[in-house]
Amino acid sequence: MSDYFHSVTLDKDECKGCINCIKRCPTQAIRVRDGKAHIITELCIDCGECIRVCPHHAKKAITDPLSIMDNYRYKVALTPPSLYGQFNNIEDPDLVFAALKDIGFDEVFDVARAAELASDATRRMLATGAMPSPVISSACPAVLRLIRVRFPSLINRVQPLVAPVEIAARMAKDEAEKRGLKREEVGCIFLTPCPAKVTAIRMPIGTATSDIDAAVAVKDVYPLLVGAMKHAKDEAERPQSGRIGIGWAESGGEAAGLLTTDAYLAADGIENVIRVLEDLEDNKYANIEFVELDACSGGCVGGVLQVENPYIAKSKIKKLRRYMPVSMNHLEEDIPAHMLWDTDLEYSPVMELGKTKQESFEKYAEFEDIMEKLPDLDCGSCGAPTCESFAEDVVRGNAVLGDCVVLMRKKMEAILKAAGLDGT
Amino acid sequence: MPNIHMHYVVPGDDFTRAGEASADLKARLKKLGMPSDAVRKVAIALYEGEINLAIHAGGGEIEVQVFPDKVEMTLTDTGPGIPDIDLAMRAGWSTAPDEVRSLGFGAGMGLPNMKNYADDFEIESEVGVGTRVFMRVNVA
Repeated sequence: MSDYFHSVTLDKDECKGCINCIKRCPTQAIRVRDGKAHIITELCIDCGECIRVCPHHAKKAITDPLSIMDNYRYKVALTPPSLYGQFNNIEDPDLVFAALKDIGFDEVFDVARAAELASDATRRMLATGAMPSPVISSACPAVLRLIRVRFPSLINRVQPLVAPVEIAARMAKDEAEKRGLKREEVGCIFLTPCPAKVTAIRMPIGTATSDIDAAVAVKDVYPLLVGAMKHAKDEAERPQSGRIGIGWAESGGEAAGLLTTDAYLAADGIENVIRVLEDLEDNKYANIEFVELDACSGGCVGGVLQVENPYIAKSKIKKLRRYMPVSMNHLEEDIPAHMLWDTDLEYSPVMELGKTKQESFEKYAEFEDIMEKLPDLDCGSCGAPTCESFAEDVVRGNAVLGDCVVLMRKKMEAILKAAGLDGT
Repeated sequence: MPNIHMHYVVPGDDFTRAGEASADLKARLKKLGMPSDAVRKVAIALYEGEINLAIHAGGGEIEVQVFPDKVEMTLTDTGPGIPDIDLAMRAGWSTAPDEVRSLGFGAGMGLPNMKNYADDFEIESEVGVGTRVFMRVNVA
């Protein structure tokens, strides 16, 4: 198996080779070469911004078809809280649960339930004061990948807590096992709001393996669910979570759900997240205990594999939360082992220009020489997002100076002038 | 190995731009393959210095020399100068005006933090002439 799996991928036939995606990629992971976009696997964090901005729909997310549930005897749907904001006029998640059963699932495990346990675990982690402050949430997988490639000095602040959806899968399988089912007969299928979660399942960070068996995009299951809701039998599905769990759907919900501290910061949208991480690295925030970071604008409701506008989804969830209890789940004892990371988050360096410091210094001098020559227009015509990233590509041997159209034009003009062909 | 040099101009009283030099230097040090703890120390020390230049000195200049085993930063300004350096180095002591404090700056930790994060710290100042700060961060 390759070292990298990416859920975000390119459909070469649809790609026109324009520069929309290279300009918007937050880690500058895309280049246009030979008229087609290429994703640099080491840099991509699967945030899905390119899927959002591609006007030709050439960027896609690899997800599973719903029919994958047929591979399992006992089918469990894992539902993220953001899912409940996708539908009109529902007053309770119960109807979503009933519709999922109608389309073939045997059980619905509300991820908000696991989120409430994660909130409780975070309260306990903060109370011990054992971690350097501020503690950074580990819930958003795109943020984890971003920290891993760009912010090594912040790795020790990331809470070693398994994400709610993974906790949910582990709990669902444990519970099924207690009822006499074999673990491998149980299929935990996540209805995913974003590509980053798909990657987190195939290439987990913090856990050696994942108990989630498949991920189906919310947008793919949505039409079926809307249809099923019309005739789904209300089997009096019991609510599984309260306001705190459902609150994880939007930015600030996870942090506000801690209740034990107001000294938190919540940032959403990948560019804002990067700014906060830069500031954290410089020690700019005194007296902040907890930092919640969501790659998508608005939080998980902003995930690119959903259908509803994130702000409308938020408002729908607000309505849904009105009559809910504060929380329905808490930890009985200490944080159980299945909620804690069993593998470390390790820095994967991608920014160095060379393999050794010596080589990096030599290449840096070359990089500066090239920067002197470049026009600093960041036009993107060479296929790199900025002149700086182009200069890096050149010193790394992935591009040649002649790819710069501005330099080439100057060169052409000089040749024409020398030959007396420039019209003067 | 080539000696790498950077030069930054910090404008006075522009808080939206203070921090640009430390952010830029941080990105360059990462390209150079410098270890993250050293990058972090440099970024914190230089950020504090930039804020000082913006708040107290009406701007100034930063010279950076990067070697494989150390980063040297020299901050110079032609501001009002510091009458009592010992007092200025005391944690919590501040002459920042109220409008600056209301922005969250001026806690009196600038110079102490710079000294704290730098492995070598020198400061010389003359009232009416200006201030020069030298910081060196060692790279393991």
